[in-house]
Amino acid sequence: MALVGVLALQGSYNEHIAVLRRLGVKGVEIKKPEQLETVASLIIPGGESTTMAKLAEFHNLFPALREFVKMGKPVWGTCAGLIFLANRATGQKIGGQELVGGLDCMVHRNFFGSQLQSFETELSVPELASKEGGPEVFRGVFIRAPAILEVGPQVEVLADYPVPANKWKDSNPGVEGHEENSGSEKKVIVAVRQGNLLATAFHPELTADTRWHSYFLKMATETEEGASSSIVAVGADLDLNQPTKIDLPVFL
Amino acid sequence: MADSGVVTVYGKGAIYETGSAKKSSYPVKVGLAQMLRGGVIMDVVTPAQARIAEEAGACAVMALERVPADIRAHGGVARMSDPQLIKEIKRSVTIPVMAKCRIGHFAEAQILEAIGVDYVDESEVLTVADDDNHINKHDFQVPFVCGCRNLGEALRRIREGAAMIRTKGEAGTGNIVEAVRHVRSVMGEVRVLRNMDDDEVFTFAKKIAAPYDMVMQTKQMGRLPVVHFAAGGVATPADAALMMQLGCDGVFVGSGVFKSGEPARRARAIVQAATHYSDPEVLAEVSCGLGEAMVGINLSDNNVERYAYRSE
Repeated sequence: MALVGVLALQGSYNEHIAVLRRLGVKGVEIKKPEQLETVASLIIPGGESTTMAKLAEFHNLFPALREFVKMGKPVWGTCAGLIFLANRATGQKIGGQELVGGLDCMVHRNFFGSQLQSFETELSVPELASKEGGPEVFRGVFIRAPAILEVGPQVEVLADYPVPANKWKDSNPGVEGHEENSGSEKKVIVAVRQGNLLATAFHPELTADTRWHSYFLKMATETEEGASSSIVAVGADLDLNQPTKIDLPVFL
Repeated sequence: MADSGVVTVYGKGAIYETGSAKKSSYPVKVGLAQMLRGGVIMDVVTPAQARIAEEAGACAVMALERVPADIRAHGGVARMSDPQLIKEIKRSVTIPVMAKCRIGHFAEAQILEAIGVDYVDESEVLTVADDDNHINKHDFQVPFVCGCRNLGEALRRIREGAAMIRTKGEAGTGNIVEAVRHVRSVMGEVRVLRNMDDDEVFTFAKKIAAPYDMVMQTKQMGRLPVVHFAAGGVATPADAALMMQLGCDGVFVGSGVFKSGEPARRARAIVQAATHYSDPEVLAEVSCGLGEAMVGINLSDNNVERYAYRSE
């Protein structure tokens, strides 16, 4: 099985590598453009997207990252990674930040607010459960998380989250057209897939539930050859038959 | 046993769930620290400085009225900053904003939580408000970061509810020696603990004056149960790389950035050093032409007050 790269500029890359290790796959830290050539898929971890963008700029990583995405190689962005992959973003710092792009969606940085508004919740994930088994819910940890406001036609929505309408208006002071929905709940999208791009606004790497990682690894093998033999994801299946014990947070 | 991830509790919820529905779960508090790993958190005193820090790649800023070097120079009693200043800084950046409160001063912490800071630093740099007790951090929704000099102190703070730990170092001196001493002490004790027979852990916990369950958890995880940053005296990219190589998860830089000759350049260089800490060529490149580092204080001078010893 080819190597999985994890962008290691800042953030929770060690946590991603730890989950990969639990699944029997080696994760490679990517800090420079040349290293991208050694891996067949990439995970962009959670962290501060402005910090990662600055570091990527200094080392000229953006062209290599865009090339990687364009070649159709599987890429998964969690939280800050989702922001990197989005084509359009709002709620940015003064002056904006560079994005890799590729995912046809509009993402809102820090949609839910600052740390006091961070939360964890049970997300309904029917698509993931049908592919990976296990319970129909997934414990999503949202840390100063972004949210996807709109998606293009090619994008498959894997999970969403209801947001009360008044909160929606607070986060989008410039948006007027939603008046008619005041009172009812709106949803924001928190997990999507577009071809070989996967993006989640929450942090599966902070939990012991490895289903999102094995889902991504299957995307990677499907791309490699048509062969259906899955990687050493066997270990993951055993865990799902028992109730999830240690959940989060988890480190190395 | 360690059945809830980071914090092992005596029976579910006995220690850290005290009934308030609005409190966020401990894992969510630790989660933000995990997102800050590998990054640099800079002290800023104005919104303009906060913008410089954000543009340089800081992963968070610590908002205060005076950096530690100036607190030393100014003397008197150092207290929590004016919330107005913190609010202004919070409005000017999109990265997390932290703020300091005095040790044991839970009212200051309540105020900081009310204005919505992302993290509260219960800091020995400010004048101690309670000589014997730290804040019961479980009572708060906002996560706390606390300083430590050794493993026992770290675990005591974590048991009180800290979601992130930093070394105390000697803040405001630009002298890395104390931070190195503290991180080596913590890492060394963790190494000893990892190789220890399980039966000996009871006595070890008594010796370092730390709760047994936390000591056992540290032994099982092979590291501190929370994110561990370096702080206190980082002034150059080489300092940041040193602390990362010694095993820290990230770096706080206080007086080191804005007391130097060219803050924006130095800030960027330190951010790069924290990412490329094991690549000497990148370190050499970013250390070139940085201008003057902060002057700093030599700790062999007996007149220097040791902030790190103010609390245990």
